[in-house]
Amino acid sequence: MRMSFPFTAIVGQAEMKQALLLAAVEPRLGGVMVFGDRGTGKSTAVRALAGLLPPMKIVPGCRYSCAPDDRSPCIEGCRERAGKRTETAQVPFVDLPLGATEDRVVGSLDLERALATGEKRFEPGLLAKANRGFLYIDEINLLEDHLVDLLLDVAVSGTNVVEREGLSIRHPARFILVGSGNPEEGELRPQLLDRFGLSVDVRTPTDLADRIEIVKRCDRFDRDPAGFVAEFQDDERATLDAIAKARKLLPKVQVADEMLELGARLCSAVGADGLRGELTLLRAARAQAALGHKKEVKAHHVTEVAVMALRHRLRRNVLDETGSTARITRAIAELMAV
Amino acid sequence: MTLPAAGRDMEDGTDDDPDGNERWALALSAIDILAAAGNRVGGVLLRARPGPVRDAWAAALAMVLPSRRLPGSADAEALDGGLDLTATLAAGKPVQRIGLLQQSRGQLLLVPMAERLNPALAARLATALDDEAPILILFDEGDPDDPERERVLPALAERLAIHIDLNAVRLPMAALLAGEVPPPLAMLAEPGATAKDPETALSVAAAALGIASIRAPILALRVARAHAAARGAAGELRAADMAAAAALVLGPRATRLPPPPEEPPETEEEPPPPEEPPPDQEPPPDEPPPPPDDSAGDEQDQPEPPPIDPTDVVLDAAQTALPPGLLDALAAGTMRTPPKTSGASGAKQKSITSGRPAGVRPGMPGRGARLALIETIKAAAPWQRVRPARDDGRLAIRSDDLRIRRYIAQTQSTTIFAVDASGSAAFARLAEAKGAIELLLAEAYIKRAEVALVAFRGTDAALALPPTRSLPRARKELAGLAGGGGTPIAAGLDLARTLAEAERSRGRSPLVVVLSDGRANVGGQGNASPQDAALASARAYRLSGIACVFIDCSPRPRPLGAELAAAMGARLVTLPRIDAKSVVAAVKSATAAIGNI
Repeated sequence: MRMSFPFTAIVGQAEMKQALLLAAVEPRLGGVMVFGDRGTGKSTAVRALAGLLPPMKIVPGCRYSCAPDDRSPCIEGCRERAGKRTETAQVPFVDLPLGATEDRVVGSLDLERALATGEKRFEPGLLAKANRGFLYIDEINLLEDHLVDLLLDVAVSGTNVVEREGLSIRHPARFILVGSGNPEEGELRPQLLDRFGLSVDVRTPTDLADRIEIVKRCDRFDRDPAGFVAEFQDDERATLDAIAKARKLLPKVQVADEMLELGARLCSAVGADGLRGELTLLRAARAQAALGHKKEVKAHHVTEVAVMALRHRLRRNVLDETGSTARITRAIAELMAV
Repeated sequence: MTLPAAGRDMEDGTDDDPDGNERWALALSAIDILAAAGNRVGGVLLRARPGPVRDAWAAALAMVLPSRRLPGSADAEALDGGLDLTATLAAGKPVQRIGLLQQSRGQLLLVPMAERLNPALAARLATALDDEAPILILFDEGDPDDPERERVLPALAERLAIHIDLNAVRLPMAALLAGEVPPPLAMLAEPGATAKDPETALSVAAAALGIASIRAPILALRVARAHAAARGAAGELRAADMAAAAALVLGPRATRLPPPPEEPPETEEEPPPPEEPPPDQEPPPDEPPPPPDDSAGDEQDQPEPPPIDPTDVVLDAAQTALPPGLLDALAAGTMRTPPKTSGASGAKQKSITSGRPAGVRPGMPGRGARLALIETIKAAAPWQRVRPARDDGRLAIRSDDLRIRRYIAQTQSTTIFAVDASGSAAFARLAEAKGAIELLLAEAYIKRAEVALVAFRGTDAALALPPTRSLPRARKELAGLAGGGGTPIAAGLDLARTLAEAERSRGRSPLVVVLSDGRANVGGQGNASPQDAALASARAYRLSGIACVFIDCSPRPRPLGAELAAAMGARLVTLPRIDAKSVVAAVKSATAAIGNI
């Protein structure tokens, strides 16, 4: 594997970086969809996130990275076997290749064992590997429809059910879906889109100074990856600490009734369908507050995350050609003016 | 405008074709760059029809780097590897086969007919380029003159640094007959002056050429460095390196010409930073915004030749490799935007019954799905030793093994005109609708599109032309169409919608085009006015989700037309002076939109 480009070395793209940080702080947000032109650093940023996640505790030897304090029994009984032992592991970051077969994604019978000993044993797939971590799909709009359906199903239920070859397996598969894609190369189905908690639109940086800086940094990274990564080590560590602190603070963050009302009013003003939008908006606002070391959600936290939490949930209005972002910004301006 | 290779003496016979000559030299220099850079530059997108020129280039490439060819039958498993069935059965234990991507790591992977590559496969290749992949050589064999030709998946093309167009290149017949392979250039060209601040020069040039992607200047810089390395002078970029990078990477991606040097001192759209000194103090008019100061210290070490600002070199070189058609398009004022991936002739649908084969997936045959026999047997084969043997000795196949075929069907479109044939303006409207139908049908053979016409007048609507692809038939049936009388819009809309739904159930993508002034005076029962009835019929369109266009052709557009269009969820086009060509344009833009749903 190549060394990954440091997250903090990415120039610009503030919204995308913020959304990824929020998702890292609050796993229940439901993931991030990154829309954007080609050559905007989508993949780079998402891959860079992998290097940033604080390690987690797992049951030793568990193929599903179960949490030691999780009460539901692990299907393979690792927790019982491990007793009180735990170990730390990097948060899994699974890159779902577009050509992946269904078997590889959901898992299948362990062929080697089956042929060697006749034993029927489940070979976990990528969904098991991604449990408690991130599942990244580049060019998600090009993914085969049946795989998209399958992922949707698992992402909603948090459980992967496999029924084949006489095996009947249910295992936890709670992961944060991170998708990236270019809407010009095929639209994403609305049902899948709604599954994502946040969505960001990335554009090519237009500021020439930024562009020059990007070219320079990429060139330096190309020529001396290790040196370049070392240069950003402190920044990376600071960001990692910020995520870890915000995660700790998150359960303590209070949401006052006025903020609940603000969220509801905002959602109805922009016509975002369903409760999911409102819930995501408030969860994102909490994560935003936690990242800012605040124990209470303020109005600015809500408005700061409103665009990314709601942008992809607006009903299409045939008569209103205004972009979603503009509609949300307008609604915020109107609400805050009152 | 001098390229490193342009000064070299090419074989005689090409002297009358300096452009092709230069291109060819450039294409050869790309080979050296690939050898020096490896997959850091992704690879090459070579636009050329299959033929001797392309073969000569490929032969020159093969002399430098080992290569493999992506077989036309390749699927995802061929790329990524998987279970080797034959070996597995022979050995009685699973034998993994290494995929092409891994096998050809560090080598070249040639992809013929790249423009027809299945998008999932192309996307897999694009993802692979972000990791350790082979160097990709994509041959785009599309006809450059065909605006509707298929194109290489943009996400993949974008990641390949070098784009070369060999369509205009002619090589001397004598050399081709002799089967001579032109040797790659040894980079003998004069390297030129040291380029100061190459990052800025390439970024500025990319912006000036209208290249949005930030990947372009990054790749250009890698190509420049590889060019320098191929010269044997890695680490120091000269003008020649910058020119090669510009011509190979930036030029072909240009979407506009850089502003001419006579113009005020910006080369890019962005306003210069305010602290920039007045232009008259800047010797070259193309001076970019002040570069960061860190480069200033290094310049003293280069006594001779004096460092230059390479932006001019870069822009000049890039202009030798502009994409074909760019100049014409700019001159005509119609900058061509590449067509969306879905064609304009109807939405693409995954289908299990008909269309182009698109692989195999697990599933139950039946309900139209066809069993993929070989794939099913392949799926069952490895398990035979595990499963209890059958008494009759046949293969034990379980439902998990069943594989079905999938196809991609190009849904075909049916354009249904609902034409208001009432009142005094009926004659003109009908005539233009007929004209539009004839124009559409003239192209229908290529797009496999069908056209139908519903006319409404008096008290009722009638299907004047059932869906057809035949021009003569349309002419015949539309010849005797009469006009005049009341305006039963509701009846017309209902009939057109019924027809559209029928077409949809036939697996086609319908588009309803209403030509009317939107003022109903017939229809509606009880208290409902004709207008209310029309609105009710219009709403049904929105419910059934049929794509539609409302062409308001009243001489003075009134809100009635807009109301109906809104109720239908239709795109509203106002054409006070209706003519067949504008109708066709409206239909085409709507069809293109359907294709992208």
